[in-house]
Amino acid sequence: MSRAAVLGLEDGSIWWGEAFGDASAASGEVVFNTAMTGYQEIATDASYNGQLVVLTYPLIGNYGVFARAAESRRPWVEALVVRELNRTCRDGTEDLDATLRLAGVPGIAGIDTRALVRRLRSSGTLRGALVQVAPHLAGSPEIAREAVAAARATPGIATKPLVGEVSGVVRQSGSGPKVALVDTGVKENQIRELVRRGACVRAFPSTASAREVLEWAPDGIVITNGPGDPAAVPQVAANLKLLIDAALGRGAGRPLPVLGICLGHQLLGRAVGGTTSRLRFGHHGGNHPVQDTRTGRVVITSQNHEFQVDEASLPADSGFYVSARNLNDGSVEGLAHRTLPIRTYQYHPEGGPGPRDNEPVFAAFLGDVRAAIASRP
Amino acid sequence: MLLIGSGPILIGQAAEFDYAGTQACRALREEGIETVLVNSNPATIMTDPGVADVTYLEPLTVPVLERIIARERPDGILPTLGGQTGLNLAVALADAGVLDKYQVRLLGTPLTAIKQAEDREAFKQLLIEIGEPVPESITATSVADALAFAERVGYPLVIRPAFTLGGTGGGFANNRAELESRTQGGISASPIGQVLVERSLLGWKELEYEVMRDANDTCITICNMENIDPMGVHTGDSIVVAPSQTLTDKEYQMLRTSALKIIRALGIEGGCNVQFALDPDASPSADPEGQARYYVIEVNPRVSRSSALASKATGYPIARVAAKIAAGKHLHEIPNAVTRRTTAAFEPALDYCVVKIPRWPFDKFPDADRTLGTQMKATGEVMAIERSFEAALHKAIRSLEIKGRGVLWESPAWQGLTGDELIARHLAGPTTDERLWALFAAFRRGASVDALHAATQVNEWFLRKIEGLVRFESELRGAQPTPVLMRRAKRAGFPDSVIGTLVGLSAEDVRALRAQWGITPVYKMVDTCAAEFDAVTPYFYSTYEEENEAPPLAGPKAVILGSGPIRIGQGIEFDCCCVQSAMALRELGVAPIMVNSNPETVSTDFDASARLYFEPLDDESVAAILFNEGTPSPGKAGRGDATLGAAAPAAAAEARVNDGTPSPGEAGRGDATLGAAAPAAASAPVPVLAQFGGQTALNLADRVASLGGRVAGTSPDAIGLAEDRRRFNDFANVHGIPQPAGGTAQTVEEALAVAATVGYPVLVRPSFVLGGRAMEIVSSPDHLKRFFDRALEAGTGRVLVDKYLRGREVEVDAVSDGTDTLVAGIMEHIERAGVHSGDSYAVYPTQNVLPRERTRIVELTRVIAKALPVRGLLNIQFIVDEAGEVWVLEVNPRASRTVPFLSKVTGVPLTRLAIAISLGRTLAQEGYARADGLWPEGGLVALKAPVFSMAKLLNVDSHLGPEMKSTGEVMGIDRSFAPALWKSLVAAGLAPAPRGSVVITVADADKQEAVPIIEGFHWLGYDLVATPGTAALIRRLGISVREVAKIGQGSAEILAEVRSGGCAAVVNTPTGLAEADRDGFLIRRAAVEARVPCLTSLDTALAVVTALRASAASYDVAPLADYRATPAPSAA
Repeated sequence: MSRAAVLGLEDGSIWWGEAFGDASAASGEVVFNTAMTGYQEIATDASYNGQLVVLTYPLIGNYGVFARAAESRRPWVEALVVRELNRTCRDGTEDLDATLRLAGVPGIAGIDTRALVRRLRSSGTLRGALVQVAPHLAGSPEIAREAVAAARATPGIATKPLVGEVSGVVRQSGSGPKVALVDTGVKENQIRELVRRGACVRAFPSTASAREVLEWAPDGIVITNGPGDPAAVPQVAANLKLLIDAALGRGAGRPLPVLGICLGHQLLGRAVGGTTSRLRFGHHGGNHPVQDTRTGRVVITSQNHEFQVDEASLPADSGFYVSARNLNDGSVEGLAHRTLPIRTYQYHPEGGPGPRDNEPVFAAFLGDVRAAIASRP
Repeated sequence: MLLIGSGPILIGQAAEFDYAGTQACRALREEGIETVLVNSNPATIMTDPGVADVTYLEPLTVPVLERIIARERPDGILPTLGGQTGLNLAVALADAGVLDKYQVRLLGTPLTAIKQAEDREAFKQLLIEIGEPVPESITATSVADALAFAERVGYPLVIRPAFTLGGTGGGFANNRAELESRTQGGISASPIGQVLVERSLLGWKELEYEVMRDANDTCITICNMENIDPMGVHTGDSIVVAPSQTLTDKEYQMLRTSALKIIRALGIEGGCNVQFALDPDASPSADPEGQARYYVIEVNPRVSRSSALASKATGYPIARVAAKIAAGKHLHEIPNAVTRRTTAAFEPALDYCVVKIPRWPFDKFPDADRTLGTQMKATGEVMAIERSFEAALHKAIRSLEIKGRGVLWESPAWQGLTGDELIARHLAGPTTDERLWALFAAFRRGASVDALHAATQVNEWFLRKIEGLVRFESELRGAQPTPVLMRRAKRAGFPDSVIGTLVGLSAEDVRALRAQWGITPVYKMVDTCAAEFDAVTPYFYSTYEEENEAPPLAGPKAVILGSGPIRIGQGIEFDCCCVQSAMALRELGVAPIMVNSNPETVSTDFDASARLYFEPLDDESVAAILFNEGTPSPGKAGRGDATLGAAAPAAAAEARVNDGTPSPGEAGRGDATLGAAAPAAASAPVPVLAQFGGQTALNLADRVASLGGRVAGTSPDAIGLAEDRRRFNDFANVHGIPQPAGGTAQTVEEALAVAATVGYPVLVRPSFVLGGRAMEIVSSPDHLKRFFDRALEAGTGRVLVDKYLRGREVEVDAVSDGTDTLVAGIMEHIERAGVHSGDSYAVYPTQNVLPRERTRIVELTRVIAKALPVRGLLNIQFIVDEAGEVWVLEVNPRASRTVPFLSKVTGVPLTRLAIAISLGRTLAQEGYARADGLWPEGGLVALKAPVFSMAKLLNVDSHLGPEMKSTGEVMGIDRSFAPALWKSLVAAGLAPAPRGSVVITVADADKQEAVPIIEGFHWLGYDLVATPGTAALIRRLGISVREVAKIGQGSAEILAEVRSGGCAAVVNTPTGLAEADRDGFLIRRAAVEARVPCLTSLDTALAVVTALRASAASYDVAPLADYRATPAPSAA
């Protein structure tokens, strides 16, 4: 490794380290993830499009990179920020460094990531820019100023076409009840979990119209996760509202089960009249406790989001109630319709990375789908 | 609620359960629940006043527990915090119908779960039912069962006995002969005569998960841990890293899911530890789901050693939360003590790397079998926290405190070997405690990662890290230190001493250079959440990074130097004193700052002190901590941002050019707020308390001033005076303190001359005793001539010859302010001089010391305390000879092993008084100055009895001598001597069965003294069995005896007798003659392994007979407070 790198934040702080991955510059929001394993899943999670991700666990790259751990077709993080990059110790894997280089994603290693995270925690998410230079320029105040200036010039995530970038082409896998999945940046594990449980999943691009989706005659609909601000994707939101309205309109007689995850949950919240707002520094990690509002039982969840559905904004007559709350900050973690099989989750029931405790979400959804099919005349 | 403690410290069951029990008592008190605690171990914080509501220091047996239950009538019993002892006792109480009879609920873990987890067959069935993979195995109760199984599945196999501590008696078998012997051994070690024989997973990755569950079925994982030593080495003997380093997220979650499934299936409400074996060769790409083969190896349905490690590694208080769950709370209802905002229902996220290294007793037992297997041998462990594996490993090695055994240590046996030879001879075979060092040594000789992996199955990731450190070593060797190189070396964890050795400087020079260059550590918080939430834990570790999260504590404060890992000779007693010190400081309005490296103890509980530095106890770390707390570094002002900033840019650039190891990002300081405020350079030195942490702390005392602190209490000079034999002799002469006459000799002529002057018998020992082998009581010039060479060889060129005084060994613990002195109590040893005081039975109050002698003891204590002078604790060992003269053997101006014991039985808060005095108060101000200088004795009698872990250590001779061998202690307390003694024997596991045979073989010299013991056992109805010499003596007494041949005569009869199951006790004394000692050794080992009480001192044997004859059954069972309230017999 022969390149130095500096991460400049909009608050003027400067973090020198050494570069890895691609030799390019990067900018975006700087967020942190507290998961201790799963760096590849994180890097390839499309919800991070537009963000530089600081990994709080200091030793990264230990077990390499391999196909099964990819959550999408490529890494989406703008850059990875780590304390220490390691080579892989596992047979049949590639080095993280090489993988990022191939994918054109830069990284910075060797910085006091804990200090950086404490800063993000106290000031809230900040914009940042990564600049790479030859080693003899390491520590150069000019370069550092340049990085800070670049950070300050970075447009907010709301202005970027993040969802459009990450959404894939139409593709279909598995066989069984037909599940239409609106790909606003889907994590592959959602599709795997559904297919494994005997579903036929067709992923539609985020640009697909509600009519295209409904013409396929799905037995259930999944609105998936994705990057950015739910308020910043009006077309997608409008389209999804049509789908949700269709599900609501079908009523209990001919139910169309809907599962919303993360961005999908937020979009549903907005579609039924609620508002969304930004969390101070988001939830990113694999250890967030979420409590079921009815059973009191707590599950540990995998999370990655900046925005939340505002509980107070939810219209009383929407038919939805808050089904789960974050135990740490009380934020909304789930919505459910009182009578229809429409459920959404702010967290990631598919894990990848993170606990597998919430896989029953997929089983329950497919149970609803099968029940809906069975109840048809 | 009744809590069962874990009893004495043994290998496999150490201080972690004091930590667990103490946390539980406090947690239950917060819930308004009254706690009744039973433990036989006085050297524990949990048995301190104020921890539980009612405290019993009684033997942990069913009859005793039944009496306590009958008296206290608890609603519930919490057995999961007292280790295997507590769990076994709870099962025994349930099986005996005691719990039903008194309607006591078993809390935490259901009885079925305990039995399912402990009974191998039931456990296997359960796992098969829930679809979790288990290695093929059978439960065998005979060798034939095991052989039949081996026919079916082949070798290698592993044998594990059911219901034992630390896997006692198990092992691997590669062939029929090994299988037969291991199975036999395992069956006899298991209290239910059952072993598990299963397919060996030798070489697989070994992982542990700590999980918790509440009554609402919320399940969480606290921590996972990866053993660097793969399957085959007991996890307690493995070097462990947390979290796992080589597992993919898929594998991590796969095992996590399995662990949660198991805790649910067992229905545990509380904590549970699950151990897994994972296929080491699995390629993540090979399986479509990215998963690897695994097996569930073991489940501990209770708080365990690993739980303590997980608690300290994550900051999550497992025992505390487990106790609250047992009291009916749900995880989300328990506040998170770390963030104070969130709840206990979450999973800790680590942003650092933790390394644990076991502390083995092989430095004390050079003859012990050093191979590591399924039987745990470590007495303690150290833990280190850092931001990289390399630095954590370095720090952990520093924390071990094995003199001369730094990272550069190499065994003399490795000299001149090539890398391949080293691998073939020392790494490819069975694992030993030296493996880590051998790996370093092999890399130094050019061995490859692949070759070492093939030989050891240690994962390449760890090997590469070690290889990188060795590469850095060679870069440092002979290098000219520069700020860049220094900073890189510190970031990689190299200690100053090692850097010094490599570059050719002293550690002090390196420290001075660092100070000059501003290369000092910062301190980061252990906050359970990787900085996601604002946390309040005052729990810190050092690292060489940018931001310091530990600004100097404001207000009055003092640093307590802890006692490091538990080892033989330095046990939990000192941790107990350190925790008491912290509490005392708080009461006096001074913030206690604890420094310690031991994850098992109460002192490293983050709420035990105002601030905890989880750090090694060496010069480097103490100097850095004192500096961080605002003590000016010697010769150097506080570090400023300017220093760092100036050196940094060039440094960063150069570092990257030089190599590929993670380089410092030290230039990354954009603004002033990032760095910590530089400590105030003008503040006064921070007081340092070095009296309480045993030898570890004491060793640092004389350098505290040079490290930037100020020793509070007894001065380092006074401590040095007491430790230096020559200086103390002069002191004794000046102050009229009688010491046994003696001298040193380099030749036998000189020795004879000294002996002639002082008169025989003399005590002859090497000036520097190694292993205590060459110490002897010499009765004649001939004897001296015979023995002298052995003594000379064992030592360092000089032999000490002292007048041997026959008499009673007596010990006091006192506290002094330099003017007034209070003797808290006088204890009398049961064994004569020559047995290490730590291995002696001690009785309080003395039973055979006359008032005049007692007065003299107090008087001498006062003279010494005043003259040294002592400001704090003082322990003195005396001999009262047959003429009633009192002689001083040893003076220790510090906390002794007996301080917790004596504090408990007398009620004198020795540690608290010593702290108050250290801070400038006087005994009079504290209300403890007494005209007679001796705290009044009540109507109780208490015995402190040593407990040994000999069954775990093969080839170690169990006979008592001048070198300490015990790992723990218990207490027997009652209103008179005999029942107190009996209880101490029961608690120590030395009480003979009521019927059976007693095997007696004593040295000729001891035969006369053995007569009352022989007669005693005869009158008690035991059958006597003896070798010819002893048998002749017994027959002369008119007592019938069964004579057996000596082993030397080719007979195994005597060993068969010991192992027969009908043997109640063995009395065997060493003869000093090689051949007979070999026989004795075999007999003693047979006794240890067959769990037959083995008495190697006639004094102990006589005490046992005395206790047995005094109608032992009529003991009392009462809380400690009741005994203390008993008036003295004279006052009654």
